[in-house]
Amino acid sequence: MSLDANDIKAIAKLARLKIDEADVPGYATNLSNILDLVEHMNSVDTEGVVPMSHPLDVAQRLREDIVTETNQRDELQKNAPAVQDGLYLVPRVIE
Amino acid sequence: MNYEAVIGLEIHVQLATKSKIFSGASTAYGAEPNTQACAVDVALPGVLPVLNTEAVHMAAKFGLAIEAEVAHRSVFARKNYFYPDLPKGYQISQFELPIVGSGHIDIELESGETKRVGVTRAHLEEDAGKSLHEDFAGMTGIDLNRAGTPLLEVVSEPDMRSAAEAVAYMKKMHSLVRYLEICDGNMQEGSFRCDANISVRPKGQQAFGTRAEIKNMNSFRFVERAINHEIERQIDLIEDGGEVVQETRLYDANKDETRPMRSKEEANDYRYFPDPDLLPVFIDDVYLDQVRKLLPELPDQKKQRYIQTFGLSSYDASVLTSSRELADYFEIVTAKTGDAKLSANWISGELAARLNKEELEIGASRVSAEAYAELLTRIKDNTISGKIAKDVFEAMWNGEGSADEIIGSRGLKQITDSGAIEAMVDAVVASNPEQFEQLKGGKDKLMGFFVGQVMKASKGKANPAQVNELMRKKLQD
Repeated sequence: MSLDANDIKAIAKLARLKIDEADVPGYATNLSNILDLVEHMNSVDTEGVVPMSHPLDVAQRLREDIVTETNQRDELQKNAPAVQDGLYLVPRVIE
Repeated sequence: MNYEAVIGLEIHVQLATKSKIFSGASTAYGAEPNTQACAVDVALPGVLPVLNTEAVHMAAKFGLAIEAEVAHRSVFARKNYFYPDLPKGYQISQFELPIVGSGHIDIELESGETKRVGVTRAHLEEDAGKSLHEDFAGMTGIDLNRAGTPLLEVVSEPDMRSAAEAVAYMKKMHSLVRYLEICDGNMQEGSFRCDANISVRPKGQQAFGTRAEIKNMNSFRFVERAINHEIERQIDLIEDGGEVVQETRLYDANKDETRPMRSKEEANDYRYFPDPDLLPVFIDDVYLDQVRKLLPELPDQKKQRYIQTFGLSSYDASVLTSSRELADYFEIVTAKTGDAKLSANWISGELAARLNKEELEIGASRVSAEAYAELLTRIKDNTISGKIAKDVFEAMWNGEGSADEIIGSRGLKQITDSGAIEAMVDAVVASNPEQFEQLKGGKDKLMGFFVGQVMKASKGKANPAQVNELMRKKLQD
């Protein structure tokens, strides 16, 4: 499977990564090689094998529906670069 | 050309748990910003989501109620996108293996026919936070209280053909989740919201047209208007030689129009993958049997029972079972009056009209089921006529007392003394001799006039059946 320059730019955009135009061909080659390597696994016969989502053979543990968390806003907002009226402030996301 | 609309709905049902789906923070509505967002909800590094047992229970209840297969094994997946009100950079949802598989509900159409609408699937997921775009000097404010609130997203098949059908489906779903007590159904607070996928095609064509998705609808009225609007927009576009573009549109209730959302080119590339933080959820038959035993009587079952046991019409039974509270009200009234038809008529008539007018739910009725039953009992035992009962109801609604108190204090007791009624009949006949001759001569229409005059003379208190009888007797004299 081979990725072209447009694929690389789309992937970078989805991941919010800023990449240099000059590096795009290199990424395309390297990522394509990785995908080719993984592609080898398609030659294994997996007929009748249930896809594995988790390597552990255990079930999800469930919690009781009880409120256990108290208000930690002041502590948590110490990490935030900007807050106002209890809200986290971020660069405007709508024009 | 004749067009046909094809509509599918995605309904987000906010599950009525006390704590969040993956954390122990409260889900209570209306708290101060970010006071109910704990370390898990704000996505601090190293935290681990742990699934709320009640969310699973509620999803299973829903699955059984729509006769769907509840998955023996379901898996949570990460839906990846960047938005500031989604602090992890992904939403925990379900993708390939949802907890509820395909099921269905039946809706009643305006024609009275029943239509089955398929439910493709329903999956558990967490809600995102809220973005506030005003008043922050060019910044956006983020409130994460809602982040992590459990949602059941119910996806329908594209089975609906009009806005009215879509609304009927949504109402039925709304009623169902409230019967099941898995959602408070509060649409203003966003506990029950809906996205619609809409396309049009020439009537008779098999293939679907290109669809547009409309978001931002949180009332039945908006859904109907938005869908009708979108159907017209698409038809106009095609008639003018244009093409429908697959996109997401927002409904603006103020302008009554839909407009495209700012385009997110790769928005649909969510790169789902199983969430390594959460293990598969297993549900066995023993668990499902327990859930099944706890299911309440559902709207359709109740409706059938009302038709069969009480002899109600399909329409009345539908109205009365549309909400669990209304059905409970009806059952209390019926138990006390011993007359289901009378109770049904007066609840879906006078009471419903009043509630509708004041935009109240049955739970907020100013006349309790017990008090209403007393009023209806007085109609049944001929103490008052139906016409007087409407006045008494009005007074009860205004807090003037119980039915018996109002009947007593206003002297509204029906006149059943035939001597007294006969005297009134004689007086009316005497003062309308010409009309009486015409009535005798076969002008039957005048019967209503005479009965009306006698009723008027008695200030509405004469028993109408007796008045009729005495008038008829008078004619034979």
